[in-house]
Amino acid sequence: MVQDNVLLRMEGICKSFPGVKALDNVQLTLRRGTVHALMGENGAGKSTLMKCLFGIYHKDDGHIYLEGNEVNFKNSREALDNGVAMVHQELNQALKRNVMDNIWLGRYPKIPGTPLVSEKQMYADTMKVFNDLKIDVDPKTVMSTMPVSKRQMVEIAKAVSFNSKVIVLDEPTSSLTEEEVDHLFRIINMLRDRGCGIIYISHKMDEILRISDEVTIMRDGQYIATRPSKELTKEEIIRLMVGREMTNQFPPKLHCGADENIMTVEHLTAAYSLLNDVSFSLKKGEILGVAGLDGSGRTELLENIFGAATRKGGTITVHGKTVKNSTPKEAIRNGFALVTEERRATGIFSILDIRENTVISSLKSYLSGFLLQNKKMEQATASMIDAMRIKTPSQKTKIQSLSGGNQQKVIFGRWILTQPDILLLDEPTRGIDVGAKYEIYQLIQNLSKEGKSVVMVSSEMPELLGVCDRILVMSGGRLAGEVDADHTSQEEIMTLAAKYV
Amino acid sequence: MSQAKSISAKQKVQVLNWILDHAMILIILLLGVYVTIRRPTFVGVPNLLNLLKLTAARLPMALGVAGCIVLAGTDLSGGRMVGFAGFISAVILSQVSGFFSPILAILAVAAVGACVGLINGFCMGKFKLHPFIVTLATQLMIYGLYLTVSNSKQIAVSSFANQPMFYISNQPVPWYVLLAVIITSIMWVVWNKTTFGKNMFAVGSNEEAARVSGVNVLMTIVCVFILAGALYGYTGFVEACRIGNSGPTLGLSYENDAISAVVIGGVSFVGGTGKISGVILGVFMMQMIMTAMTFLGISGGVAYIIKGAVILVACILDMRKYMTKK
Repeated sequence: MVQDNVLLRMEGICKSFPGVKALDNVQLTLRRGTVHALMGENGAGKSTLMKCLFGIYHKDDGHIYLEGNEVNFKNSREALDNGVAMVHQELNQALKRNVMDNIWLGRYPKIPGTPLVSEKQMYADTMKVFNDLKIDVDPKTVMSTMPVSKRQMVEIAKAVSFNSKVIVLDEPTSSLTEEEVDHLFRIINMLRDRGCGIIYISHKMDEILRISDEVTIMRDGQYIATRPSKELTKEEIIRLMVGREMTNQFPPKLHCGADENIMTVEHLTAAYSLLNDVSFSLKKGEILGVAGLDGSGRTELLENIFGAATRKGGTITVHGKTVKNSTPKEAIRNGFALVTEERRATGIFSILDIRENTVISSLKSYLSGFLLQNKKMEQATASMIDAMRIKTPSQKTKIQSLSGGNQQKVIFGRWILTQPDILLLDEPTRGIDVGAKYEIYQLIQNLSKEGKSVVMVSSEMPELLGVCDRILVMSGGRLAGEVDADHTSQEEIMTLAAKYV
Repeated sequence: MSQAKSISAKQKVQVLNWILDHAMILIILLLGVYVTIRRPTFVGVPNLLNLLKLTAARLPMALGVAGCIVLAGTDLSGGRMVGFAGFISAVILSQVSGFFSPILAILAVAAVGACVGLINGFCMGKFKLHPFIVTLATQLMIYGLYLTVSNSKQIAVSSFANQPMFYISNQPVPWYVLLAVIITSIMWVVWNKTTFGKNMFAVGSNEEAARVSGVNVLMTIVCVFILAGALYGYTGFVEACRIGNSGPTLGLSYENDAISAVVIGGVSFVGGTGKISGVILGVFMMQMIMTAMTFLGISGGVAYIIKGAVILVACILDMRKYMTKK
């Protein structure tokens, strides 16, 4: 009678794209009142599997049963109407419309007997859902005026408002603070207690072990295993995901920091963000981490140094000389490079090829007269593909078809070609799978060996501890403290991060 | 001390923002005051009524194109559609007599306009073509069709259409003013109170979000363009009647005027935003600027420069809302 407990069963799911078998006989069984984590490296087929469930992709083979009946959804609306909802990682919302217009989009309540939309009903229904989930948002707020975390809550409320039995959450915590994650988990627990089944896709192992009941692991489009979370450890999950032991998550530190100061930042204050009076120094060849909660001013710090944001006050000294860095162009000339946080939005030129993406910041070096020399660009790109170990069929491949890790390596290559002294890295391994992360860490270590200095912002504390020499901790736009990466703990950093909150 | 100073600085910014946010209304008021001082008859009943009539004649078309712009698109077919509809109206009014003749004409031009809108919307929604290029092509075809069918003839329209419907302080008010009020009211309800209207804004704001929420995006786009086409047709009828004849130049560059008016009224090309009240204000403003030029005796060339400058400033003010300072 265990069968009765099964809410959703997918079995034998196959899906091929030209030249790739994206899913090969994959299965997933979701039980009523459980949280089921779906894990795997990027490209393992998690989102392809979900797209087959929602009819965004047409599966080649296999069956999907919802409460024992076979279903074949043709689009996400049909899935929603049958109680299967998804909260996408990249929120799909009409930002210029208000909260309740977004929640009831596609099914606005009508004033009985007329074709007119009942705003009153919409407001009441929205408040009901929000009260239920203890979400504190005014239904009439315009979406674009709210932070991403609130918008995410609205999206979850929307899924709940369909009376969904199955809710898929794709990387729901990637932009949430600790506190917001707690709130989200309370909501998830509430839904679980009501008998919903939740499919939880995430890279964050701690969260998965904390919230999920079962874990299904996929690798290279294949089903690997389903285990109760209680029996799993982080190391075991990694082993199943990668298919090999990952004893060393980080390459050995080289500690290349010299005594010589390359950059001194004094009293840096931003004009339009909370960044306030930050001072620190950076040594030649040093890897300096920047820790802090989301919204603590880490990204703003990098943007202000790089001239991508307006400065209100403070000075930056490089090699004993004061530099202005009032625009990114000037900063590049002064030997700075910035790898931005949102790779897709501000990093890659997705429809351009590898070569164009690689040479874009150093075009001047390929000039001969007024014209760009193709040969020089080809050589430069080839040298970077080699140095960064970028896996690509050719230089003419569009960057959008590479994996996240390889895209990031192209961006690293782009900046190395500008011959910077100081690299500012904002979340350099976000959205990159475990294996590729290791290579990025190695790259960072090698850069420091070559005498380049690195300032690296990250939300993942183990990463900062495992890669950096020294860590600055930001809190509420201010510098809360500085720790030696080899003699500190996550607890110490967390305490500092909460100092000015 | 320093706190008091910073508060006053903050207030300064607030006042500045308020002025920029309400710049269009303020410019209208200032322009009105200025012209009135120079030429007091500007605020006389005859001129105000004239302004009202001009606004009423152009408003339906602007309301149509506004929907296309809310979709983050545009529609260039309006002007030629007005010309073609003027011709059709003139033919019907001269061939068919009796009370139903104008009603028949309105229904006919609305139907033809709707067909053009259907083609526009379908090509956009189905083949993902940019509305600029779709409507650029269709307006050529409409004009060609018109020239072929009409042999480039001018057709006079009987003056019945300018018969006053009622009087305001002894000045005649034509019927199309009343119709404009009715059409505008209906459009307000459609935009704000119906599923179709809300879907239109959602598609303009984020097409993908609308799609995954189960909105029929193609249908929404097609309907917006059909509605727009019908309104262009109706505008053609009004213009033929108002001017008293239909010829090949009727409707020329009307689409530019309509798009400009809509943008001045705060319907953004970014998509997903806009209000009916803004469209009314925009159309009124455009007509007022042109009338004011005439009153001040400013030549056509300078008038165009000023008109262009106003559009540019309006767009700059509009973009302020979407810029985030870093």
